[in-house]
Amino acid sequence: MSLTLQDVEKIAHLARLELTRAEKAQYLEQLSAILDYADMLNELDLEGIEPTAHAIAQQNIMRDDVVMPSLPLDDVLFNAPQQAQNQFLIQSVLDE
Amino acid sequence: MIDTMTQYEPIIGLEIHAELMTNSKMFCSCQVVDSVQAEPNTAVCPVCLGMPGMLPVINRRAVEYAMRVALALNCAVQQHNIFARKNYFYPDLPKAYQLTQYELPIGLRGWLDIELEDGSTKRIRVRRVHMEEDTGKLTHLDRTAVAAEEGTLVDYNRSGVPLLEIVSEPDIHSGEEARAYAMKIRQILRYLGVNAGDLEKGVFRVEPNISIRPIGTTAFGKRTELKNLNSFKSLADGTAFEIARQTEVLNSGGQVVQETRGWHDTKRITFSQRSKEEAEDYRYFPEPDLPPLAISDAWIAAVKAALPELPDAKVQRYQADYGLSAYDARVLTEEKAVAEWFETAVSLSPSSPDPKTIANWIINNLFSLMNEHKQSIDAIRVTPAGLAELLELVERRAINNNTAKEVLAAMFTSGQSAPAIVQAQGLAQVSDEGAITAVIERTLDAHPDNVAAYLGGKERLIGFFVGQVMREMRGKADPAVVNRLLAAALAARK
Repeated sequence: MSLTLQDVEKIAHLARLELTRAEKAQYLEQLSAILDYADMLNELDLEGIEPTAHAIAQQNIMRDDVVMPSLPLDDVLFNAPQQAQNQFLIQSVLDE
Repeated sequence: MIDTMTQYEPIIGLEIHAELMTNSKMFCSCQVVDSVQAEPNTAVCPVCLGMPGMLPVINRRAVEYAMRVALALNCAVQQHNIFARKNYFYPDLPKAYQLTQYELPIGLRGWLDIELEDGSTKRIRVRRVHMEEDTGKLTHLDRTAVAAEEGTLVDYNRSGVPLLEIVSEPDIHSGEEARAYAMKIRQILRYLGVNAGDLEKGVFRVEPNISIRPIGTTAFGKRTELKNLNSFKSLADGTAFEIARQTEVLNSGGQVVQETRGWHDTKRITFSQRSKEEAEDYRYFPEPDLPPLAISDAWIAAVKAALPELPDAKVQRYQADYGLSAYDARVLTEEKAVAEWFETAVSLSPSSPDPKTIANWIINNLFSLMNEHKQSIDAIRVTPAGLAELLELVERRAINNNTAKEVLAAMFTSGQSAPAIVQAQGLAQVSDEGAITAVIERTLDAHPDNVAAYLGGKERLIGFFVGQVMREMRGKADPAVVNRLLAAALAARK
């Protein structure tokens, strides 16, 4: 196992997921297997090879700075569980 | 007690966030709108709302603006650029991640010279300049107000607006230096035409990282990051407050806590906000939906060639070519629009009046009219050609200096030309010796005591006589002629 139970709990917390004990054990196994799989790369000699950020050889996809119509307000707020003053209304979040 | 206390040295680095003035957003075609004035959520689409399946596409002009800034700040422009996802949960960010540049920013290792209050110059290194997207705007409903709802309102108009982050090295050592650096960055961004520079509206935001360490040591102390600074004064005062607060904490045996602190603008103190998340918690990884950006040499060269002359270069040139003082050159180059106005006036007056005279008229007279009428240089009715024409009248001695000031004020309010005002109000300077002599003789006749005193040796009374003659002639007499004829007339009465 390349991960510990604490790692799984931390990852779950960062993703705001609440997991049961059984789920934690299951994800511990699955996530470890994924990392072990990727770990195979370490068996190769990667000297001088640049990190690959993308698998497809495409670059410089850009658009001109042109404004297009935005969504109508009704569509914007269509899925909002709560709204007020044409804005999304959510539980209080306070920095202070 | 005091001399046993450790002496500390403040170490400050600045993070500046500047929204780029593109038409559309960084990764979608929604309009960039004024986030204070626009109706909420009217400039949003699936991309900037973080809907599943949306696909971001990079705005070419935003990249070009970022390159302008990187080059103007003497950075190396990175040719291989990728975007990363910075993951965190906060409702201003509908995707739960921010698109930003992490390992490979567009600009690296630049510098900027700032002028300090004592007139000296200091070089501040720029660590990096990177592109990212702005977040939405949260409004916390006041629980105490009589409102139907309580909670937090979210407006995503600002979500996805192109944002540039400019990070300095920790080369700043006081609130004043922080202010000078931030003001210089803002000035350059405005010269480059990429940012409006409005702190109140939050399109230009400055966040200092502040720590202190005993003088002579090299390890950094625990730092605090300061937010809510909505003016340059708040930046200077907030930074100074934080330095004093940390010093007091350490001197009383405490520890500085690494955290984000807010500046309270009315109480003028800093207060603890949330404790800062560790960097690794953001789980940066390359954005799979955005292919890499390979910036060509040709593109960099083209952007560099199109950069406008920047303030420092203008200051040098104004001193070298126009003979202005460093101070006057700084004042005139503070804003690009003023500098351009001045340069146009100079170009319209090839020989006379000289640039120095034009500079003096702008700084001493035009600025006070602008202040008085609360108008910026773009809004005033006096044109560079109009000022050049006015000063030519002075040069030709058609009007004297004092009259010219009145004419300028009239030009400012009426928009009329100097010759038209001079003619309509009969302000042309009188150089006719006969007319001036007649007034002088009348004046001397009216003040026999002063004439006697003058002839008896009180020579400073000459000022009194000049004043009387000028008043009689409503300020229009040629002062040089008055002085010459007055001296002769007095001598004749000996």
